[in-house]
Amino acid sequence: MDKTQMLLGLAVAMFSLGLLGVIVRRNVLVMLMCMELMLNGVNLSLVTFAQQTATTTGAVLVFLVFVVATAEIALAIPIVLLLVRDKRTLDLDAYTDLKG
Amino acid sequence: MIDALLANLDSLLLGLFAFCALVGAALMIVLRQPMRVAMALISTMVFLGGIYGLLGVHFIAAFQVLIYVGAVMVFMVYVIMLLEVRESFGPRYSGLLVPGVIGFVLLLGTVGISIWRGLPKSAVAQPEGGYSIGKFAITFVNQYWLQFELTSVLLVAAVVAALAIIKVSRRGLNG
Repeated sequence: MDKTQMLLGLAVAMFSLGLLGVIVRRNVLVMLMCMELMLNGVNLSLVTFAQQTATTTGAVLVFLVFVVATAEIALAIPIVLLLVRDKRTLDLDAYTDLKG
Repeated sequence: MIDALLANLDSLLLGLFAFCALVGAALMIVLRQPMRVAMALISTMVFLGGIYGLLGVHFIAAFQVLIYVGAVMVFMVYVIMLLEVRESFGPRYSGLLVPGVIGFVLLLGTVGISIWRGLPKSAVAQPEGGYSIGKFAITFVNQYWLQFELTSVLLVAAVVAALAIIKVSRRGLNG
């Protein structure tokens, strides 16, 4: 198994673990962190492919992913704060009355 | 023995960092307290930064630590400390545990097997000494300037949306 295969396997494992966390965990903050883990797995695969093909496109995409992740957290955290202030809990099951 | 170890130090460290990052990612699913999950994610990100550094993409390694660990995760840790909701009684996992695990195994198995069978070899040889930030910056500004501007629009939209959320919460308090 060469280096590229190992790194891509790690990227897939991180993405799958993040997806598993988003599906099975109940805490909203932990779900947000698992989404960050998925983005990190994608970043690792982008860097690995960019390294393999010797192009800079992958690095540019990684930068765009950085920006998107920052914007996502900056928007998600106030929403979580509002939800917690309303429901007094971080448990996802308490938010089932949300519509839309 | 020592010489062989030193000759393979790069791949040894790469394997070690990859293993530690994987352990951190697995701990995120298992641990209960959000603060410990955040610490596991921070360790995973730092090890990923080490992997990027070993791959020769030093500026992405620096930005991984600066932006992800320094900005995003510090923000997350502040929020965890600010909320301070203690919930150690309820079940850790939701009712979707079995479908989630099945989906996890299927996804990991499918993509993992296709990676294991081998990737197409790239025609281009690897650059010597990795990337330079100069080459990256020239490509970025010359070729991807539109995407760069679009990210600034996205950030402005995010700021406006965050302000709108704060407005909504104030109205909710008054009414």
